[in-house]
Amino acid sequence: MKNSMRESLARLANHLNTGRNPYVVSISLLVVGTALVYLSPRSILAFLVFAGATAMIYFLRMNKTAKLALAVFVAVVLVPILGARNIFYLEVIFQIAVFAALSLGLNIVVGFSGILNLGYVAFYAAGAYLWGFFGSQQAFLLHEIPGTAPLDTPFLLAPEWFYVFVLLGIIVAAFVGLLLGLPVLRVRGDYLAIVTLGFGEVVRQLVNNLDKPLNLTNGPQGITPIQKPTLPQGVVDAFNAVVGPLVGNRVTPSQFYNIVFYFIALIVVLAAIVVTHRLDDSKIGRAWTAIREDELAATAMGIPANKLKLAAFAVGASFAGGMGVIFAASRTFVSPDSFNFMQSIGVLTMVILGGIGSIPGVIIGAAVVIILNLQVLQSFSLYLTQLRQSDAVIPILNFAWKDLSTQLDPAKYQRLLFGLILVLMMIYRPAGLIPASRRIRELKGTPDASVSDGETNGDANGDAPEEADDDR
Amino acid sequence: MTDNEPFLVTEGVVKRFGGLIAVNKMDFTIDRGKIYSIIGPNGAGKTTFFNTISGIYRADEGSITFKGKHIGRMSADAITAHRIARTFQNIRLFSSMTVVENIMVGGYTRLRQSPLDILLRLKRFRDEERAAEIKAEELMEYVGVHGLGNELACNLPYGAQRRVEIARALAVEPELLLLDEPTAGMNPHESEDALILFRRLRDELGIAILLIEHDMRVVMKVSERITVMDYGEKIAEGEPKDIAANPKVIEAYLGRGAASGLSA
Repeated sequence: MKNSMRESLARLANHLNTGRNPYVVSISLLVVGTALVYLSPRSILAFLVFAGATAMIYFLRMNKTAKLALAVFVAVVLVPILGARNIFYLEVIFQIAVFAALSLGLNIVVGFSGILNLGYVAFYAAGAYLWGFFGSQQAFLLHEIPGTAPLDTPFLLAPEWFYVFVLLGIIVAAFVGLLLGLPVLRVRGDYLAIVTLGFGEVVRQLVNNLDKPLNLTNGPQGITPIQKPTLPQGVVDAFNAVVGPLVGNRVTPSQFYNIVFYFIALIVVLAAIVVTHRLDDSKIGRAWTAIREDELAATAMGIPANKLKLAAFAVGASFAGGMGVIFAASRTFVSPDSFNFMQSIGVLTMVILGGIGSIPGVIIGAAVVIILNLQVLQSFSLYLTQLRQSDAVIPILNFAWKDLSTQLDPAKYQRLLFGLILVLMMIYRPAGLIPASRRIRELKGTPDASVSDGETNGDANGDAPEEADDDR
Repeated sequence: MTDNEPFLVTEGVVKRFGGLIAVNKMDFTIDRGKIYSIIGPNGAGKTTFFNTISGIYRADEGSITFKGKHIGRMSADAITAHRIARTFQNIRLFSSMTVVENIMVGGYTRLRQSPLDILLRLKRFRDEERAAEIKAEELMEYVGVHGLGNELACNLPYGAQRRVEIARALAVEPELLLLDEPTAGMNPHESEDALILFRRLRDELGIAILLIEHDMRVVMKVSERITVMDYGEKIAEGEPKDIAANPKVIEAYLGRGAASGLSA
């Protein structure tokens, strides 16, 4: 009974995924999702349908051009319009993009070359504080006590330097990655995890305490304000004039910044995807995998393991550095709290939950964790809090929500539920949501069946479909 | 490249682990395009000697030269780049990679693609990758694992894994191939096939092979010269027929007194 149901479900899925059907399914899902979000911009369910529809672009069997076209349409047209109706969505999507880039970077270190890094957020901090220092008034406050900045302090650099500093952040973080890499090469396994953990803490303590003797970081108070790149004259008005009728409300300049940062983050994520994918599918990527699988055998094959581990650290760190600069500018504020150990663990969770070593996997992982934390679990605990304030009674137990002691405050269940989800995921899908798969090549000696299999798989590893995921 | 140019020469190689002398004053040479073997009882130091040559261990004393170059202080990957390749006693394939990718890893030192070629997918990168893939397929055919290219290495039967490991070592384009017990765990039929492969490697590709073996029959059939080790030292060296009759060898294998018992 159960089996036959599963069979017919599988048959249905297969039917929907052959010929012209996937195009119909994908477009109608998108239409429904868009309509739902458009009509009820505050509904989480609507957003989930839209996000799911976007993810389906990746999963359905369509040709590459169609996938790319749909993905670009979602990213460039739908998201800005829907986001302008409810800016919170843009915030969610921006965070997904930021953490997708971080996950991709960490994935190179942990997933590809198998080095457990528990201090990854340090590179993110390096980028954030780089722009935090040069993009603020901090350079003129070196001899001031934190919190006593004179009102008329000028900014060090013009806000347009931001774009240069995204590149600089990438370079500086790569350099910091090399610095961390050097001592890390001497240790292995568990010890290595501890060393990276220590490194993450060292960086956090540094920014926490570098307010004296010279006030470089403004200490625990953090640096603010940090400049955003200025918007060209009339852009906001032009946006309102063109899509204003569709959006239904006028977008303020500060809201428009959300759209700008969404696009900047999107560009960095796309670059990170292309770089990761190309490195993975080259002698460097093969060498990383070889080192992860068996370092001794890898060196016996002529692979300079230390050099490649350093490269993995540098490349992985660079993604975080670039995103750090963008993060600092979008928040106009950086403080040591944003770079604590839990952030490193959070990124690691995204990588493992999504599928360690898998590019689409870690992006989905970032999306799922962010959506869970910012939306689903948030609203769940909100719902419980409402219950608590109402006269509702737990059925069967006949226990009024009101009488619940404060220790059992439902708001606290959010983290509990998140932990539970992680545990269940690791039990039932230990390889992640989209497990990594080695590239299948078209070889002359293999039977036909596996060759055609190889083609679909090869497509799945291509650049185009992955772009679909970070539009969410 | 004359025939009498020294190929691999080790002089007085010593390797200690704490108080234990695993390899003691090994003088050893192998010539270009020959098959030599090292035999000896368990714990005689054969694999340690191998690891010292291939750079996994660093010799405490003595010198190792390959084609006139001192390789004794080099790292394992640098030695491989000088065209010495090896296999392992307990097969060490990259188990989550496919067979063809395993073999392509072996070609690492032969690929010239720079990070820029890779990131921009320049012509050099595309050409090289295609060539590496074709080369890997040829090697698979050569060692007899044709058609298994997209299988995960860990899913192959034991004998096929041994062959893939040899193919991976051949992708290094070696001049000297170190094989650590390549026929261990094979049935007589399979090891016969392996011997044919070794001879083909020597005759068709001109590769010198240094074997570590337990199976005396295999060694006797294929080797041009045999070195016997016991307690880290070389106790005998010579052609197979001399070794078979050497009382020291018989003693090492069968125990003290065995040789005199046999001759009595």
